[in-house]
Amino acid sequence: MKITYDRSACQGHNRCYMLASELFDTDDEGYAILLVEGDVPAELEEKAQLAADNCPEFAITINE
Amino acid sequence: MATAPRPTVTDWSTDFDHTHPDYAASAPQIWDDLRETCPIAHSDRFGGTWLPTRHDDISTISKDPERFSSQGVVVTEFRPDIPAPMGYAPPITSDPPFHSIARGIMLKFFSPKAIEAWEPAVRRTCQELIADIKDRIKAGESEIDAAKAYSQHIPVRVIAEMLDLPNEDGDKFRGFIHNTLEAPGLDEDLPWEETIDFYLDAKVAERRENLGDDLISYLCEADIEGMPLLDEHVRGTIALLIIAGIDTTWSAIGASMWHLAQSPADRSRWIDDPAVRPFAIEEFLRFYAPVTMARLIAADTEFEGCPMKKGEWALLPFPAANRDPEAFERADEFIIDRARNRHTAFGLGIHRCVGSNLARLELRIAIEEWMAAFGDFELADPDTVLWSTGQVRGPRSLPIRFPS
Ligand code: HEM
Ligand code: SF4
Repeated sequence: MKITYDRSACQGHNRCYMLASELFDTDDEGYAILLVEGDVPAELEEKAQLAADNCPEFAITINE
Repeated sequence: MATAPRPTVTDWSTDFDHTHPDYAASAPQIWDDLRETCPIAHSDRFGGTWLPTRHDDISTISKDPERFSSQGVVVTEFRPDIPAPMGYAPPITSDPPFHSIARGIMLKFFSPKAIEAWEPAVRRTCQELIADIKDRIKAGESEIDAAKAYSQHIPVRVIAEMLDLPNEDGDKFRGFIHNTLEAPGLDEDLPWEETIDFYLDAKVAERRENLGDDLISYLCEADIEGMPLLDEHVRGTIALLIIAGIDTTWSAIGASMWHLAQSPADRSRWIDDPAVRPFAIEEFLRFYAPVTMARLIAADTEFEGCPMKKGEWALLPFPAANRDPEAFERADEFIIDRARNRHTAFGLGIHRCVGSNLARLELRIAIEEWMAAFGDFELADPDTVLWSTGQVRGPRSLPIRFPS
């Protein structure tokens, strides 16, 4: 599973940080920072999916 | 304040009125009907107002500040006279490019990590209010109005603490909010000394003399390219925090309690399964999203086949977007553990609620503390629950009974 994050779509709703803090941090203005590059570790796949499914701005994409 | 009753609405697709008591009573049904029959409705009221109810259209309008200006965000008969890009209350009444500057100043104060530090203060506030309610119950009261005794005080106390303003001014804040949101446009007749602007001008002047570590001082010290913010900017932003932060959060907490009061199953799920709580909070926000925003149409334009005229309003009913079956599975059901929930309670696009982290914190702690104190409670009489009219929707009176 691969995860990508589109900074230009992100509006800092922080759903990703709340649901998957292993995968997302936030900067001091509240925009998301993706902590992994490319492949999502297997044990975090569920959380990655949750983050993508709850981003109101569709800024997170998952590719199997 | 005496206001003339709004004329009756007979056809919601051609003459809707979001300030009518019938709308307050049955808005979700009206949105569902319109989405099927007339997804972008028009009304001549308020000098021309459009009401989109599909998630798609609400999202597109939110993300098109060029055609849909934020200079006006509360629908009134009048048109705001302070022009964008700044507007009366930056950043909510600002358009690009000024918007991102005004918003950027606030983001650090409201970032998730900065807001986490407020958790103990929010919890203390909720616990104090609950202790008062327990005293009243002990003294023999069998019914408590949870809106008046609990939900309405939480955001007032928290924002007063952030701004370092006295708690006792809470009643004043509620008056200001009422004048702006629930009876907008009528404050033209108010004596100057009773307006929010008069109150805040004095506070800003005081604070400029004597800076502290509160949010007013933070704004007094902020700058735009080396220039301090204008007094009107500081005042407008504080007015915005009071107006946008209180009614909204009060409504979200109250509506969530209204739900729990009527759902023993969701009460037990909340108590027995702490892992469900973060999902429950988001589902409360989706299902009972309290805020509808508005935009002013900047120039004549055609949108999805609708001829929109410069100076007309477009309402953005985020709660209607949240119930669109195209965007949500089983949209009309409250599902406490909903795992896919891209709700729009805090808006979409560049104006995403700056206070969303604070609002979530308040909602979560308010419900946590309430459920820990009173796991079992019910509405005293569903018919006496009173929902607000206008662009912020929530219970203003919520009589609760505790089975013994
Ligand atoms: C559950 C409670 C709340 C809800 C549902 C809510 C909802 C919203 C919505 C929908 C917007 C978007 C406005 C637009 O598109 O024009 C907004 C903006 C805003 N909200 Fe909230 N809000 C809540 C609580 C708060 C709190 C607690 C604060 C701060 C103390 C706050 C401060 C703001 C500010 C400053 C903006 C303007 C952002 C901008 O224009 O860039 N809100 N809110
Ligand atoms: S949930 Fe989406 S919009 Fe929000 S911070 Fe994460 S990526 Fe950005």
